Amino acid sequence: MSKLLTWIDDRFPLSALWNSQWGKYVAPKNFNFWYYFGSLAALVLVMQILTGIWLTMNYKPDATKAFESIEYIMRDVQWGWLIRYMHSVGASMFFVVVYLHMFRGLMYGSYRKPRELTWIFGCLIYLALMAEAFFGYLLPWGQMSYWGAQVIVNLFSTIPVIGDDLSIWIRGDYTISDITLNRFFAFHVAALPLVLIALVAAHFMALHETGSNNPDGVEIKKQPKDPRTGLPLDGIYSHPYYTIKDIVGVIVFLAVFSIIVFFLPEMGGYFLEANNFIPADPLKTPSEIAPVWYFTPYYAMLRAVPSFLETQVWGVIVMAVSVLIFFALPWLDRGAVKSIRYRGGLYKGWLAAFVVSFLILGYLGTVPITVWGQFSDTFPFYGADKATVVARVLTIVYFLFFVLMPWYTVRDKTKPQPTRVTWK
Amino acid sequence: MKRLANLVVLALCAAASFSVFAAESDLRLLPAPVNRLDVESLQRGARNFVNYCLTCHSAKYMRYNRLSDLGLTEAQITGNLMFATDKIGQTMTVAITPANGKAWFGNAPPDLTVEARIRGRDWLYSYLMGFYRDEKSATGWNNLVFPNVGMPNVLWELSGTNKLVTTDFEDHEKATAAAIAVKGLSTLEPLPKQHYAVLQVAPGEPGTMTRSEYETFVADLVNYMDYMAEPVRNTRIHLGIVVLLFLGVLFVFAYALKRDYWKDLH
Repeated sequence: MSKLLTWIDDRFPLSALWNSQWGKYVAPKNFNFWYYFGSLAALVLVMQILTGIWLTMNYKPDATKAFESIEYIMRDVQWGWLIRYMHSVGASMFFVVVYLHMFRGLMYGSYRKPRELTWIFGCLIYLALMAEAFFGYLLPWGQMSYWGAQVIVNLFSTIPVIGDDLSIWIRGDYTISDITLNRFFAFHVAALPLVLIALVAAHFMALHETGSNNPDGVEIKKQPKDPRTGLPLDGIYSHPYYTIKDIVGVIVFLAVFSIIVFFLPEMGGYFLEANNFIPADPLKTPSEIAPVWYFTPYYAMLRAVPSFLETQVWGVIVMAVSVLIFFALPWLDRGAVKSIRYRGGLYKGWLAAFVVSFLILGYLGTVPITVWGQFSDTFPFYGADKATVVARVLTIVYFLFFVLMPWYTVRDKTKPQPTRVTWK
Repeated sequence: MKRLANLVVLALCAAASFSVFAAESDLRLLPAPVNRLDVESLQRGARNFVNYCLTCHSAKYMRYNRLSDLGLTEAQITGNLMFATDKIGQTMTVAITPANGKAWFGNAPPDLTVEARIRGRDWLYSYLMGFYRDEKSATGWNNLVFPNVGMPNVLWELSGTNKLVTTDFEDHEKATAAAIAVKGLSTLEPLPKQHYAVLQVAPGEPGTMTRSEYETFVADLVNYMDYMAEPVRNTRIHLGIVVLLFLGVLFVFAYALKRDYWKDLH
């Protein structure tokens, strides 16, 4: 065995790759609960690729057959139902773990120097994932697939001058059609998975170059070396320590995943919408078109922004900026410390406000704007929908978290950051 | 950290309570008395479905031989449940075309294979309980759950006829309270001057079945439609229990291993 490895290593840096990326990668020893979600995101990516390959074997990207082929997979293909549910639940769970992984980054300042590129690759993964989810959602060719795609592609038509031509170019047709389905299929199963894998590799490599952050924000690379092991005082090898620990995380995650797949595959209509069991009908617009839950915070913002100068493009701009603004985080944060453990009340307050805004916007995106009724028809709201007013306020809070960050992180009363990590 | 976690939990609770508030609707459905493990009910439901529904409505993703899930033999299926085809591997199609359907009923009767996943059991049960006589409509029937539906009350010989009962209330709150109090199928209708009417159905002419026989008939049918929408459900739930037990055992070993490896690090 070791002879074979030497043979390979003389020709290809297999051991060197393994050691630099995981085997001899030195990580801080105090990772907590929040540090499971990175490895879990990688696990879900692999699961989505594998279940996706098997779905592709029986799915038909044809407007007259797509819906039927999904039911065929659910009924006639051996274990097709399990593969399909794993894929549809996996899509939502991908966003669950990615959102938690991003929240971890916010809490512990993982995006800050020297990990700016790790963060940027991560943001690009998030964008690619959104595109991947959007293209994939058209494939079952149900009513929500069809009209959801219609709404999203129409967003591009609000862009001045080129908008209409641009949306036709994206669809390849004047409406969402068989042509659109085929190209979305191509993007979903070939183009974007390649982009995702490349970005994930870059995300790993950048992380393993700088080393991981940790819940205390301590840079272990700056610590003195332990004379016994030659490692930083608070550093341990990822393998076997985090290999073994992440396996525990994977099992717990798989238990949660299995509970959904086997007992609640529709997740109350949030993972599989009831209306998507109606085949796509270009002549029948559903009364309510709601995107899947992971897009709803942005959808709520889009709806909250009023049209101005006879164009709705402002909502689209707000939505785009709300996602792209994550890229700027490493340069917006000027705090003296990285981790929330040593930050003051100002940062904690703003982060909490941001999370609450994101969650309530997420909820509002799943319901009609009339959900809370209207204000009375007098000053200052003049009969506006309550939900719209709330969504506008929360959209502003969402942006203020980023825009005011250079000020409140500096003014914040931080505690001194320790030189050694703590176990908490 | 703790405070932040508390805030997140608070926000989640707030979001959850909003959604409860949003779920309130003026239509009060009957709970469908179905049991997915009751094989006899599912068999009766299959019989009801092929006899009464499968003339206008197709179930074109459902194969006849799949009915063996319900404990039926191939001979029983071919002998008792197949009227439109002689090949047991066929799906449940019908002769009526969408164009015919549109011409005869105003709308093509929808395929019912996955209808239970779209509407839900309670909706289907209430819908089949919600027909009433309405001289103003084209078919002579109307429905409390699906107003002005194109489908006539095909089960009226069994159920008898219902009539609409309307009670007027001063405002929405009083009407809602009254609707909750009757504990049956009801809906509200706005009237002029902020008044609201509670709409219910009440028995008219009797049919060939008693009320409770008809309830069982519809429950069986809904149970079957629920099965047909996802034939694999019972298998899925069984397998899920096995998978969770396996993961539970695996967790014990993985966790012990982790403890052992990490014990000298603390």
